[in-house]
Amino acid sequence: MTIINFTPLEAFIGGLIIGLSVVLFYVANGRIAGISGIINNSIFSKINRLDNILFIIGLILGPVLYKLIVNPNINFNISSSVPLLILAGLLVGAGTKIGSGCTSGHGICGISRFSKRSFVATFIFMISAIVTVLITRLI
Amino acid sequence: MKAIISLICGLLFGFGLTVASMTNPDKVLGFLNIFGAWDPSLAFVMIGAILITSPILYLQKHKVKPWFADNFSLPTLKEIDKNLVSGAVLFGIGWGLIGLCPGPAIASLALTNVNSIIFVISMIGAFVIVQFFKKN
Repeated sequence: MTIINFTPLEAFIGGLIIGLSVVLFYVANGRIAGISGIINNSIFSKINRLDNILFIIGLILGPVLYKLIVNPNINFNISSSVPLLILAGLLVGAGTKIGSGCTSGHGICGISRFSKRSFVATFIFMISAIVTVLITRLI
Repeated sequence: MKAIISLICGLLFGFGLTVASMTNPDKVLGFLNIFGAWDPSLAFVMIGAILITSPILYLQKHKVKPWFADNFSLPTLKEIDKNLVSGAVLFGIGWGLIGLCPGPAIASLALTNVNSIIFVISMIGAFVIVQFFKKN
């Protein structure tokens, strides 16, 4: 096994900040910070619509704040073609909506709540993603 | 107050994702590339986040009310069903193809990169399509 580009400290601090967001959203607003759910509800549900839209605006302002106070350069590297981007976007959209959650809703919030459904979902999408990467690297 | 909290939570979430480099699709693919040249960093995002959330969420389960809402809105589904499994499989394939999941995809809109815009439009398109079939 080869280990590359290892940045555990930044990842850990980022995780702590994300955890703080999840906890605050839960204890203050009584809600789960699952991003796919928040986007869906902002489109399809009138309940808490303003809160959902403001959360999304905040999410987009996050990297802007980072640029201002930490580092003006944020790496964003995609080496895929446009058709593949569209296919991936459709799969991520359909999958998270059908499966009621994504990396945040199932992976962080669900596991923290000891939700059986979220443990299963997280295990499956991790395996599915790892196998997908394995296959694409072999092709 | 709820509105301000929502904005702050979104901001913290997006900031945390950026600190962790989860907004970089290649970083995510490096994490998923367990059988190749592996970058295990993002496992520490999970560890950091859950370290903060699990004790507090557990304690909160026994509290009557959140600070600014009448009650907790928690998922009602409890069973492991076909939708949960098939959805997770599809999501995993899409995530593994590019390295973007919904949170980082939305946050990366801040970088005004055309690739992230294409991805987000496709993702929201799929939300609308699935919603349409759910209704019919």
